[in-house]
Amino acid sequence: MVSAPNLDEHDYVRGGETQTAVKILVVGHFAVGKTTLIGSISEIEPLSTEETMTQAAEEVDDLKGVQGKTTTTVAMDFGRLTISDRVVLYLFGTPGQQRFVQMWEDMARGALGALILVDPERLADSFPVIDLIEHYGLDYAIAVNHFDGAPLRDEAALREALDLLDDTPVVTCDARDEKSSAAALTTLVRHLLDHTR
Amino acid sequence: MTGHDGWLPESAELVRPYVITRGRGLPDDEQLSLITLVTASADHAQRPTRLSPEEQNMLELCSAGYLSVAEIAGHARLPLGVVRILLASLKEGGYLVTRPPVARARLADKEILEEVLNGLRAKFG
Repeated sequence: MVSAPNLDEHDYVRGGETQTAVKILVVGHFAVGKTTLIGSISEIEPLSTEETMTQAAEEVDDLKGVQGKTTTTVAMDFGRLTISDRVVLYLFGTPGQQRFVQMWEDMARGALGALILVDPERLADSFPVIDLIEHYGLDYAIAVNHFDGAPLRDEAALREALDLLDDTPVVTCDARDEKSSAAALTTLVRHLLDHTR
Repeated sequence: MTGHDGWLPESAELVRPYVITRGRGLPDDEQLSLITLVTASADHAQRPTRLSPEEQNMLELCSAGYLSVAEIAGHARLPLGVVRILLASLKEGGYLVTRPPVARARLADKEILEEVLNGLRAKFG
């Protein structure tokens, strides 16, 4: 006989009877730090659709430059942030790989916008993600995850490499740091707000 | 993983998804989106129980408050598609109350974005 997992009160949406949900996507290529960023600001332990990296998948994914990473998100993981007693924000993360297109459609539908996490050492890996976000017509900001010791490209070069519009925000962040991750998210929301004026 | 005492996700993997869903097809995407909030209706305890074990688990999971469809899938460790079908059938039977997310037409709404922005600033400075 199966039984439901025991959740405590913090697992439930605070003030759920008055809340409406919105979502923002946190996207980026394989192993760029999406799960870390979501985890650093989520009020719940990030949940996922349970797919973790398996041996079989490792043969498919390109692991160059990411040695030491044993598990990763291959589908979708997400966190939650209660904004007010009216709005609860969900953050959804998934890699930018074509084989997850069905999941992308699900995630993108009705999203406020997207934060695209970028590794300055693997810029080309971000192209498919940016293509997908643009394909779904989502507005976005770029967050450059500042890995230990990785030199930071100057912004102009990065903008040129990623072919960004002039008003697309570019911020650097440390995905492990709550305040830094929140600042990146704030930059995105301010940008989205600018576009509604 | 804590908080999953007594929950045996393996049991779900022993049967093919269409058995769990009794052959029902996928409901309308818009009806139960990833962030539709779901809770058990107040009178669900009085209803006759002709629910499958999976449906009962689902109902139990959302009996103490609101969870999004995505969270229910995450906690139940079942595929999203399966969870959607189970939730749709529970909703049809009057066991669940759902709160749809902010309508797409209102997403570009300044008010909502301002609320999110202020909320983030208040929380993280």
